[in-house]
Amino acid sequence: MSEFSSLREMSADLAKGAYSSVELTQAHLERIQTANAALNCFISINAESALAAATKADQQRAQGDQRATLGLPFAHKDIFCTRDILTTAGSKMLSNFVAPYDATVVSNMAAAGMISVGKTNMDEFAMGSSNENSFFGTVSNPWDHTRVPGGSSGGSAAAVAAGLVAAATGTDTGGSIRQPAALCGITGLKPTYGRVSRYGMIAFASSLDQAGPMTRTAEDAALMLGVMAGFDPKDSTSSERHDDWLDGVVANGIAVLDRPLTIGLPREYFSDNPNFGGIEAAKTELEKMGHTLVDVSLPHTESAVPVYYVLASAEASTNLSRYDGVRFGHRCEDPQSLQDLYERSREEGFGAEVKRRILTGTYTLSVGYFDAYYLKAQKIRRLISEDFQQAFTQVDVLLAPTSPTPAFKKNQLTDDHVAMYQQDLFTVPTSLAGLPAMSLPCGFSNGLPMGMQLIAPAFREDLLLELAAQYQRQTDWHLKRPEAVV
Amino acid sequence: MSQEPTADPEGESNEIDVGHLAALARLAIHGDASAKIADDLQAIIAMIDTMQAVNTDGVEPLSHPLDTTARLRSDEVTEHPDPAHFQSGAPATADHYYLVPRVVE
Repeated sequence: MSEFSSLREMSADLAKGAYSSVELTQAHLERIQTANAALNCFISINAESALAAATKADQQRAQGDQRATLGLPFAHKDIFCTRDILTTAGSKMLSNFVAPYDATVVSNMAAAGMISVGKTNMDEFAMGSSNENSFFGTVSNPWDHTRVPGGSSGGSAAAVAAGLVAAATGTDTGGSIRQPAALCGITGLKPTYGRVSRYGMIAFASSLDQAGPMTRTAEDAALMLGVMAGFDPKDSTSSERHDDWLDGVVANGIAVLDRPLTIGLPREYFSDNPNFGGIEAAKTELEKMGHTLVDVSLPHTESAVPVYYVLASAEASTNLSRYDGVRFGHRCEDPQSLQDLYERSREEGFGAEVKRRILTGTYTLSVGYFDAYYLKAQKIRRLISEDFQQAFTQVDVLLAPTSPTPAFKKNQLTDDHVAMYQQDLFTVPTSLAGLPAMSLPCGFSNGLPMGMQLIAPAFREDLLLELAAQYQRQTDWHLKRPEAVV
Repeated sequence: MSQEPTADPEGESNEIDVGHLAALARLAIHGDASAKIADDLQAIIAMIDTMQAVNTDGVEPLSHPLDTTARLRSDEVTEHPDPAHFQSGAPATADHYYLVPRVVE
């Protein structure tokens, strides 16, 4: 086995008995143990439970179980609640938290026989674009250890890029799957809002949060999505929609794209930025593949970042009010009163960025400001959503950059919060509209990977995956590997 | 018709009262930290205020990305949680209650 084998390759090897799941899992754990000191992409490594699950998978295989997912190792972002295993959300507040139940994504992966080897580092409560907001330290980008991996799913992205795992779960509220995927040179898919259950996924902004796969190939993203997705009665916003292609994607893989597409280029996303060379090459490649590129306009794009920071911060200030030092999580020493208990537990338990967002949300929800900020932002959210609906009357999918820059230096943007927020420029509009979007490696800028973003109408992840798989059959950007990972 | 960006949409002071916000958010923030947070929030609010230029006359707010409503279910007990298990991570409990500092003397 190679450290850069895909899930599909490992699945085929397991099926023919080239190695067992226990051997495969052991190899993953050894590589993680060696590489994690330099990269810091895991908050916890769960060797015992992983080997127990791998042993069970091998037994099931011996009894005739032939599922493609059986015995495949992967990692969970440390935002998914796992019964009996630490779940921190990258926060001191939850540094001692063991969830009493499994998230639906966690139980879905386990039911498919997949092996979680550990839980990956992340910006605290998924708030950040660099992974520098983690209580558990910064993650290094495998392409250049002096640079950030992006965020908030930076640990998952770095682990996949460095070959520690072939796949990891991530979550995306305003770009937290796609932007780190772009900065680490991997494939990341944010599904349609409602496609994957949010039950047991620690909440940041509930009208935006969505889980999805982070992998090196589109085929592996499809396999992961097939396991993660599905209606869940425990999530009141889970979609009851049924798609035959999704039912069959684990067993059959991605269907071959059998028609030319019309691909829209939103002019608000393109500029003369020199980092966009990869996108220009991708346009040429897509045309060679027979697709037609046309210009479209998404006129409210410029307002997406301010709208996002109103809505996400407002929802965060509400969601994070549950951390009170009473029922679980961090409690301050020797509280003098209930008020003191609340205030000091929260002051000590939350990091600076989380406090900024809570206070921003508190401000915009305050008496006298609600209409001017929260309601105004909700109205512009509708305009942004309508921009996409209008564009999709003309085109099948949209193509755009994922991130304005490649991976930036650690500490480069930590003091300029507004500049850090602009990292989300190309990813938040899709989040506000609840649409599926995918980032794919499409080239390099000064030795650093760049990502292109494909955006589809709601519940058309099949289009994204088919086009991405076609692109990855014609190009090899997704096969480039960082040197000297360990 | 577009509105001019404004940092004080209700015509009130631009000054952000961090002490008041921190009290609302139940965060103990004092001294130097308070001044730094006021500066940070000022910059963030200025960035947010650029959206005031968008004309939203007659536009309905969108609270859910797919414009659907939350699903309801019948009012039936579906789980029987074990209180001891659910409270195993609590800082202080007794007889299935959570303990906090005395509220009433």
